[in-house]
Amino acid sequence: MVTKLIEKLGEKIIKLLESTGRVVIFFLNGTINIFIMPFQFGKIIDHTWFIGTKSVFVIALTGLFTGMVLGLQGYYSLVKFGSEAALGSAVSLTLVRELGPVFTAIMITARAGSGIAAEIGVMRISEQIDALRTMHINPVRFLFTPRIIASIISFPLLTALFDVVGITGGYISGSIMLGINRYVYMDTVIKSIRINDINGGFYKSLAFAVVITTICCYRGYYTHLYSGFGARGVSLSTTNAVVQSCIFIFIFDYIITFFLV
Amino acid sequence: MTVPFIQLIDVTKSFGTFHVLKGINLSIYKGEILAIIGKSGTGKSVLLKHIIGLEEQDSGRILIKGKPLYQLPADEKRSFQYELSYMFQDNALFDFFNIYDNIALPLLENPVFPKELVKKKVFTRMKQLGLIGTENKFPAQLSGGMRKRVALARALVTDPKMVLFDEPTTGLDPVRKKNVHSMIQEYQEKFGFTAVIVSHDIPEIFNVAQRIAMLDKGIIKFEGLKNDILDSHGKILKAFIRGEDI
Repeated sequence: MVTKLIEKLGEKIIKLLESTGRVVIFFLNGTINIFIMPFQFGKIIDHTWFIGTKSVFVIALTGLFTGMVLGLQGYYSLVKFGSEAALGSAVSLTLVRELGPVFTAIMITARAGSGIAAEIGVMRISEQIDALRTMHINPVRFLFTPRIIASIISFPLLTALFDVVGITGGYISGSIMLGINRYVYMDTVIKSIRINDINGGFYKSLAFAVVITTICCYRGYYTHLYSGFGARGVSLSTTNAVVQSCIFIFIFDYIITFFLV
Repeated sequence: MTVPFIQLIDVTKSFGTFHVLKGINLSIYKGEILAIIGKSGTGKSVLLKHIIGLEEQDSGRILIKGKPLYQLPADEKRSFQYELSYMFQDNALFDFFNIYDNIALPLLENPVFPKELVKKKVFTRMKQLGLIGTENKFPAQLSGGMRKRVALARALVTDPKMVLFDEPTTGLDPVRKKNVHSMIQEYQEKFGFTAVIVSHDIPEIFNVAQRIAMLDKGIIKFEGLKNDILDSHGKILKAFIRGEDI
């Protein structure tokens, strides 16, 4: 009984170590290829369009409603202490430091990350990745490298968009709907945000870009190892990619916040 | 005695507890068409994937011109790998690329080829295979037979010295099957490449191949000239040719 338990535990640990090694090699293979010519300019543009441009509407919409909810909730909390004038500060700092990068990352995971995992997963089960290898094309360079560059370009820009639209949302609910003086709202926004807050948000978004793209590409790429072949395998690897990305967003958010504060 | 272009010696491969290849011994000679026949699930595709390096054997050796791949000098190893091409059973075309890009991909990803040369090579293959006019279409917009021809064009666009065909006629009607077979034969004669074809098309494949190897339950049961196969007394081989189950 005990021997079997130890055996099982050992098996799990070996599998975990194997997976970790595989992720590290996959990541290094992809990132080293960023610096190897020729530069994959066309592919980077395509993926920036898919990951970045096509996410603009979703990010703007989510940002607007997040800002509006923050404005509403913040107002009713602050008004109890007669501090409703600090609403601009509360909304903007919450968005720039925390919610902007995290919500942007979650929304991109849902919209683009799942698509990436599914697309690469289908390529795996339909032997398209093997076909790349038979053509002497490095599949990781072909599939992962342009996507990680596209994410590094897109995430901070979309985070900035989320922040700006979110602050506007707070303005709509706080000033237009609940009557806080608009000059006071904008003044507290401008005065409370420091460059360190903005930088912190961008560091997070860059970290999320790397983590999410790696997880989604990796999950799709190794669909056959973790989820099996066929449509079910792709569906499983897509689900796993999204769930793991979300978990890692929160883990990395805590780690980066810990070092920033 | 002629040194085989590729030689497999006691190659074994298992997936978990499933032993697919149980000691394969096979020789492939330069410039020949070798057909590998056998029942479905006997490991023919797995064997082909070992030759091109998509799978690694558990034991045994694969010799290239008499030497193991790892012993070849770096230049020779690279040029050997570039000389190989593979046509997948299900074509493995890229859905997000149009037909032109699908065929051009192996050349486009190799910066040695100028764009004009790539275009010329691609259109030459497209013309030879009756694909002119489809260059801007996507694989999903083509019929099964046309997709097969696109896959063939992609496999041949690099002017390979050896092409591995994994059931190139699966899903084609008899006329298209005949066309693909004659195309392989014609191009093999024209370009002189070595071809290994995994096929179920009995007896049609005997008209295409010069040598036949039969794989059964993970081992090569027969390897020889196509004329020998008809004289062979092998029970399994004869039954397979007659389409009988034993």
